[in-house]
Amino acid sequence: MSDTLVPYDDAVDRYDPVFGIEVHVELGTRTKMFDGAEQYFGADPNTQITPVSLGLPGALPAVNGTAVEYAIRIGLALNCGIAESCRFARKNYFYPDVPKNFQTSQYDEPIAHDGWVDVELEDGAVFRVEIERAHMEEDAGKNTHVGGAAGRIQGATYSLVDYNRAGVPLVEIVTKPVTGAGERAPELARAYVQTLRDMFRALGVSEARMERGNVRADVNVSLRPSSDSPLGTRTETKNVNSFRSVERAVRYEISRQAALLDAGQPVVQETRHWHEDTGHTTSGRIKSDAEDYRYFPEPDLVPIVPDRAWVEEIRAHLPELPAARRRRLQADWGYADAEMRDVVNAGAVELIEATVEAGAGPAAARKWWMGELARTAKEQGVDLEVLPVTPRQIGALQRLVDSGRLTDKLARQVLEGVLAGEGEPEEVVVARGLEVVSDDGPLLAAIDQALAAQPDVVAKIQGGNLGPVGAIIGAVMKATRGQADAARVRELVLERVQS
Amino acid sequence: MSDLTRLSAAELAGALTSGEVSSVEATQAHLDRIAAVDGPVHAFLHVSSDEALATARGVDEARAKGEPLHPLAGVPIAVKDVVVTRGLPTTAGSRILEGWIPPYDATLVTKIKAARLPILGKTNMDEFAMGSSTEHSGYGNTHNPWDLERIPGGSGGGSAAAVAAYEAPLAIGTDTGGSIRQPAAVTGTVGVKPTYGSVSRYGLIALASSLDQAGPVTRTVLDAALLHELIAGHDPHDSTSLTDPVGDFAAQARRGLSGDVQGVRVGVVRELSGEGYQPGVLARFEESLDLLRQAGAEVVEVSCPHFEYALAAYYLILPAEASSNLAKFDGMRYGLRVEPDEGPVTAERVMAATRGQGFGDEVKRRIILGTYALSAGYYDAYYGSAQKVRTLIQRDFAAAFEKADVLVSPTAPTTAFKLGEKLDDPLAMYLNDVATIPVNLAGVPGMSVPSGLSDDGLPAGFQVIAPAREDARLYRVAGAVEALLQARWGGPILAHAPELEVSK
Repeated sequence: MSDTLVPYDDAVDRYDPVFGIEVHVELGTRTKMFDGAEQYFGADPNTQITPVSLGLPGALPAVNGTAVEYAIRIGLALNCGIAESCRFARKNYFYPDVPKNFQTSQYDEPIAHDGWVDVELEDGAVFRVEIERAHMEEDAGKNTHVGGAAGRIQGATYSLVDYNRAGVPLVEIVTKPVTGAGERAPELARAYVQTLRDMFRALGVSEARMERGNVRADVNVSLRPSSDSPLGTRTETKNVNSFRSVERAVRYEISRQAALLDAGQPVVQETRHWHEDTGHTTSGRIKSDAEDYRYFPEPDLVPIVPDRAWVEEIRAHLPELPAARRRRLQADWGYADAEMRDVVNAGAVELIEATVEAGAGPAAARKWWMGELARTAKEQGVDLEVLPVTPRQIGALQRLVDSGRLTDKLARQVLEGVLAGEGEPEEVVVARGLEVVSDDGPLLAAIDQALAAQPDVVAKIQGGNLGPVGAIIGAVMKATRGQADAARVRELVLERVQS
Repeated sequence: MSDLTRLSAAELAGALTSGEVSSVEATQAHLDRIAAVDGPVHAFLHVSSDEALATARGVDEARAKGEPLHPLAGVPIAVKDVVVTRGLPTTAGSRILEGWIPPYDATLVTKIKAARLPILGKTNMDEFAMGSSTEHSGYGNTHNPWDLERIPGGSGGGSAAAVAAYEAPLAIGTDTGGSIRQPAAVTGTVGVKPTYGSVSRYGLIALASSLDQAGPVTRTVLDAALLHELIAGHDPHDSTSLTDPVGDFAAQARRGLSGDVQGVRVGVVRELSGEGYQPGVLARFEESLDLLRQAGAEVVEVSCPHFEYALAAYYLILPAEASSNLAKFDGMRYGLRVEPDEGPVTAERVMAATRGQGFGDEVKRRIILGTYALSAGYYDAYYGSAQKVRTLIQRDFAAAFEKADVLVSPTAPTTAFKLGEKLDDPLAMYLNDVATIPVNLAGVPGMSVPSGLSDDGLPAGFQVIAPAREDARLYRVAGAVEALLQARWGGPILAHAPELEVSK
């Protein structure tokens, strides 16, 4: 079944899109949310379990203090209030990957509430996204359906459950409805998730690797006739787990819902599934007959009452967040706004920072990464950070230029060697014999040879016509395979001719 | 030594320490007694003879080498089947857990093993501790040693009957609404529900998490104090466990046993007597009270007006929490797994078939009640209101404890009724716990000691209630009651129980 779609531009022309995002982040604590089972990526199935994470009869949860601290860090970084007291609740539903058949989560009393985060789009436009809440909960296990098509449960002959992930600490961050982005809604949705991802990493609370499912997003979208109309009926698209997909899913839902509204049909409030391969969503369960989770306060846990002094200590030790850091670096480096934006968009902030630390000037560092290396990366279709050259090597290379041992042109040849795996810049210089010839002897010999080859030039120069000097310099550069400093050659030519 | 099974745990511990008796002898004597009488009593679901004797041998060897031992080392104990025991079958009285061998020990079992008490086996109970008669066990009734036609109380009828029938000197029970105290009352034994959080709940198969508490089941107040001291203490695995140091319960028990209750203010709860209470039960209660008064206690009347609503609140909170706690029994990971007779074998249908077949009627009744009480739109009216009642009951207790050091009442309104008598009348069954339930709702400690025999010749219980964390007061007052009554009777009440027919 394929949906009728309205071309995106027409859709946003006729309707005002509103979206909201729920982001789940897996915390990088050593152990799980409520028990001592270790949790690290890639362990064999069902090896990271205890009676608690397996939900055995009699087992009881005990809250992981580090997870609470991480949740508070996230809350503070999102400018949220931290609850004086909060508690866990049970969300009851039967599913084999939930060992207790209830998920221990926070319901009416989240640890963090009412915050905001500024999100910068690629062109520098900044939108403020309001945060409703951030709460703690535990992850479920992982089902693998065997025998059906494409790993789906439909048609599978049996299913396997890996409980390693059951009980992994999660923080769920819920936005308020995001309005006012208009046609840029999909872009903002993507940038918001990216901003959170960068924040999680900066805070040290998660590796935040999208491809491992450390960060997962559910995307709510609705349309309304105009920005002063009441909110329309929304759909929730589940498990949109890459930046690109977040943007595409919002875009798709805008086009799909616009077609329904154009045709006078209602948008059904429902959960929808995102299909990464085809880039479309399909209907899941309808919210009106949604399960009743029978939430009630978790009687096995006591309320969490974060000590105010502790919260302030966490606040005081919050690491510098990506936005503040970018502002500081831009000032330090003296980049123009557009230059900084390009650097950020290219994912080169860390690379340039490390290159500057390795001894290169900020301008030179930017020139390397945004110039020669950006071109190379683009040719190879890869990200800058995976190129086989380190910021330290670029720093070393630039120091060779700064000290006059390499010209820019030679340095580019050295870089070529480094990228080809020929070793450190210094080694490539030696191996390829690329150093600037700074000894006047060989240069004078080359000059004499060039002058002898073009006798008429000498007379012209002596006659005051300096035009042909360039030809001599060119010949000398050719003879020295580019290793001569052109300015020095010019000085020597003039001395030679006029003496 | 004549019959080792007739000794109290304290007496047996003394004989073991002096070397008069070995733990192997003591353990074997109890295993023999189980073999002789447990056919008709059916207190045990599983007897772990080999494990118990191995522990006993270890204790005897350690003692021979002069190694330091816990005072109760070598004294055998029975454990209610709701407590998880590594390597020993644990069913909580339910068919849905038939054959499950836990891979870990409850914290209180870890403490018992560390103190080296031989575990004789697992005792029968109402399925998932839901009941007041042990008739809801998935594995047959336990019979009251005083009259095999009668119920031993519940849910911990197995532990109480085992102790009353001299099959074990000590047993572990759990008490959510009276499951330790009511069986103690109807079998002429002693049962203590400690302050909520005194004993770790880690490894107790949860019924209602906010109400459950494990405690001692014994024949004497001093034995209960010794066992309580052993199993109490903070446990980081149980977030609701108290961090208080364990009280000096045995010392307080001895103080009470010496008759010292001078100046203790004893509050009689007006709402826990009168209509619905058997006259003989009330008479024994009044006599016990008189003895306390004569011994120097100051008896006052207190009123707890909201106790009237306790039963109703309890039967919302308990099923609500139980409906969630029992969700894990679904045939996916352990225990019974039933595939549907026809149609596709999906996870959902296996869960439904397993639960349909594995749970008994009372369990299903409470799961349905609890699921309903927590449903969207009903939560505030039911679970929410019940929690408010709970707060009011806590306030009633707080006000009463301003006038009295302990509160007292009959433990249960009647003596043991006949098997089958109330099985088809859940409300009548629930009323058995009318005097014990407020204690659980408030989280305060309560204890039942024998008060004598009612007009029908069956034992009745005297309940003592103390403020939270003041469990020590129970032992002093109950110790006095025990000493004063035994002086009148000329020995323990169990000496009046008919001898059980012994099979070999």
